[in-house]
Amino acid sequence: MNAMNYGELFTITLPETILEVVSLLILVVDLGWLRKRSQSVRMATANVLAVLGCALATVWLLAHPQAASFGGDALVATPIVAAAQIGILLLTALVLLLSVKAEFSRNPGEFAAIVLLGTTGMMLVAAARDLLVIFVALELLSLSLYVLTAFAKSSAQSAEAALKYYLFGGMSAAFMLFGFSYLYGLTGTTSLTGIAGALAAQSVSPLLIVALVLVAAGLGFKIAAVPFHLWAPDTYQGAPAPVAALIASGSKVASFAVLIALTGGLIAAPNYLQSSTWVVLLVWMAAGSIVLGNLAALVQTSVRRLLAYSAIAHAGYMLLGIAAHSSQSGSAVLYYALTYALTTVGAFGVIAIVERSAGSDRLDAFAGLSRRNPLLAATMLLFLLSLAGIPPLVGFWAKFNLFAAVLRAPGVGHWGLALVAIALAASAVSLYYYLQVLKRVYVAKPAQTAPMQVSPVELAVLLAIAIAVALLGIFPTALSGWIPLG
Amino acid sequence: MLALTIYLSFAGALLLALFPRAWGRASRVFALAVALSGLAVAVAGFIEAGTQGTVSVADVAWIPAMGIHYTLAADGISRVLVLLTGLAAVAGILFSWNIGDKDGDRANEFFAFFLALIGGVYGVFLSVDLFLLFVFYEIAIVPKYFLIAIWGSTRREYGAMKLALYSFAGSAMVLIGLLAAYAAAGSHTMNLHELAQYNFPISFQMWAFPLVFTGFAILAGMWPFHTWAPTGHVAAPTAASMLLAGVVMKLGAYGCLRVAMTLFPHGLDPWGFSFLGIGSWRTVFALFAAIGIVYGAAVALVQNDFKFVIGYSSVSHMGLVLLGLLTLTQIGLDGAVLQMFSHGILAGLLFATVGRIVYERTHTRDLGALSKLQLGKAMPFAAWLFVIAGMASMGLPGFSGFVAEVQVLIGAWQAFPWFAVVAGIGIVVGVAYTWRAMQRAFFSDAPMAAADGVPVPEYEPVTWAEKAGVLLLAATSLLIGLYPRLLLDVISPAVQALPHALLTGGRP
Repeated sequence: MNAMNYGELFTITLPETILEVVSLLILVVDLGWLRKRSQSVRMATANVLAVLGCALATVWLLAHPQAASFGGDALVATPIVAAAQIGILLLTALVLLLSVKAEFSRNPGEFAAIVLLGTTGMMLVAAARDLLVIFVALELLSLSLYVLTAFAKSSAQSAEAALKYYLFGGMSAAFMLFGFSYLYGLTGTTSLTGIAGALAAQSVSPLLIVALVLVAAGLGFKIAAVPFHLWAPDTYQGAPAPVAALIASGSKVASFAVLIALTGGLIAAPNYLQSSTWVVLLVWMAAGSIVLGNLAALVQTSVRRLLAYSAIAHAGYMLLGIAAHSSQSGSAVLYYALTYALTTVGAFGVIAIVERSAGSDRLDAFAGLSRRNPLLAATMLLFLLSLAGIPPLVGFWAKFNLFAAVLRAPGVGHWGLALVAIALAASAVSLYYYLQVLKRVYVAKPAQTAPMQVSPVELAVLLAIAIAVALLGIFPTALSGWIPLG
Repeated sequence: MLALTIYLSFAGALLLALFPRAWGRASRVFALAVALSGLAVAVAGFIEAGTQGTVSVADVAWIPAMGIHYTLAADGISRVLVLLTGLAAVAGILFSWNIGDKDGDRANEFFAFFLALIGGVYGVFLSVDLFLLFVFYEIAIVPKYFLIAIWGSTRREYGAMKLALYSFAGSAMVLIGLLAAYAAAGSHTMNLHELAQYNFPISFQMWAFPLVFTGFAILAGMWPFHTWAPTGHVAAPTAASMLLAGVVMKLGAYGCLRVAMTLFPHGLDPWGFSFLGIGSWRTVFALFAAIGIVYGAAVALVQNDFKFVIGYSSVSHMGLVLLGLLTLTQIGLDGAVLQMFSHGILAGLLFATVGRIVYERTHTRDLGALSKLQLGKAMPFAAWLFVIAGMASMGLPGFSGFVAEVQVLIGAWQAFPWFAVVAGIGIVVGVAYTWRAMQRAFFSDAPMAAADGVPVPEYEPVTWAEKAGVLLLAATSLLIGLYPRLLLDVISPAVQALPHALLTGGRP
């Protein structure tokens, strides 16, 4: 590592610092002044403060053009990293706004503070280009999410989900660290650019293959790719809805951002064998996730589990983009991850509202939603159709962009067309289970006909997300200033 | 100007979705106004363009980084099909005039889905950019599902889901082909004509053509991928059956011609070897089409559900369209496009008679039950209407079906004589099933179910909306039957302007 420049470090990590400070501030405000106030006031205050923190960090990121890197590229601040970070901040803010009314926790201050800590982890993950920093940031993210998953203290499901998540997560983190140590042993450096250079000079060794498999296991866990996906359905089902939304959105974006960087580091070398090991791993994980995720989702009766399996399938599509490893496919994956995350946050928002009213997330709880609350039903329609990849919604465009980038990537062999074909066939299958939900929403007769109550904040946020999902699909170039297309 | 058809429909759909639920009657009046203005635009565009070649409608850069443009243009084929869409939309709304009478009808949603579907169909017929075409194509799928699943009848959820999955599977096949073509061409364009200029390697076309063609042909009801069509038609509410048979199946046939055959004309070339006399994809698909013609007709001959008869007759008639396309001759292609138009009108008329005029009054579609009702006396309007529509559908001279079928048969005779014979047999069976359905439903000698002396039951009189819809469709069919040049003069130049490789393709 080069000599430390603390001024530079401070500038690069100022958004993260803002989040840390705000999270401490929330604790002080909540525990210091609001202890006697009602639960809802405390929740609202904590969440609004946290949203303000996200907004502040976003404003800073928007105001400062990024072209810096720190300490031998341990942390970078490029426009594309900034895009990922702004996306993560936005997703966190949406999740917080949607949980303003949440009642699962008696510790609102801690909830909002830990969400911000997790977000800090996500932002660092997206910017990290050094094995150690990647690992530390991933741990910060993971630990926050473990705690958050268990946050509904009165719910046994929440505790069970957290335990499963934690045990799987701890194990995969150990695998990943072990893999990192092999990579360090092989190359003598922890910086991704250094690793790329060192690997280019050596032939492929069994040790490298072991290292890559272990790293794939660690990151495969974070993105819930087959065969490291087993935690996902239980965690999605048991965690409080906002936390599940966070796991499905910001955490995914951050993990894919680091996967793009890591892949760039591992196979920047024009060494066919080395790249092929990593690519073969990714391709098999992708194929497994696409097939298993879509097939398992077909038989789910819990909408959260359904979304968990669909998340596995979507992770598979994105892994194809990672495996193609061209610069276009990298940005296509990021675009996909961000828009997918946005849509999922919306879907979990609707699920949370339905759960509050019906007490369950089973398919039947959604029966007749269109009669009980047409606007809410319309937003769910847009979210699920976008996830299914129906134009003109953003999910279609993201898929098209991703698959076109995969097919056009120069390094893609004949697996490209075959896997894109599998992915498209599987997404035809996926329409079935999304329609299972929408059938309940629009076709089935409701068990009770009373209008479903939604707070104005929730409705406004959901409508904003739905409009964004539709408009981004109609005008896909709106984000091209941030994430280059084509 | 034709682009207005798309915008009007989508804007209408959006507004209707925001209508209060209680505005049932207002919804349908509004929807009719939107559909009528769409038809007016389509007619005006048709007249204005006359016999010109391709008319450019809109061209705006949409996603420049990927060379995707919002390009709309209409050649003769598109203009004819846009006209058909306008007619089908108006007729469909007229025949759903009973929706909105009751509070629980969700009329605003019904017409919103209806207009969204129509907007997508207009879009497909007008798109030149393949990305855009695909977008509109998929937009048309989802409303169909809800129209059938919410407002349908017999096994509606099954029929709706089957239809949606078949359509989506077909469109996935199309998308694979389009993405592969986009990647293979290497240039940044999705414009149909620019991509068609790129000479894809023969080996590429040999797998891309059958993939894309089958993807579209699924929606055109090609045997053996037709099974969604009868169940979907039977499950759908009348207006949706009319749209399904009338325009949605045409989307498939149009895609076969406009995308699969135009983009990959050498996919039709002989393979260089032959197996059981089949030596090219062209023969394979022509065989499927011919089987579809006879199979659809034969199955229609033994159905007891009146709507299944019409549903299978659609499979048979769409087989003629596909056979006409694959003749690759001027006259066969002319006939295929004209058959699309003609079948769109006549299928609408038949479904309206069976699903709306008869079923809404008798509440049965079973031919055995209908034969006991003496409908020929009780419902003379419906009986004569079915006679006219049935005659037109079986290809009686004077109606549009005759001109179209004769051209397809002549084209087929030049290209594949044996299949022409098979198709001819299918048409003869078509006479038989129409006759049988007509006889059993309306002019049966079976005694009344009730004892003698009971007066003929009084059915609700035919409403003005039904009469208007019937008049619109029947007059159109008659007009085209008597003066087919009205459409043929527009279709023929467009067929001539198809890529040269297509009109000579498949022949050594």
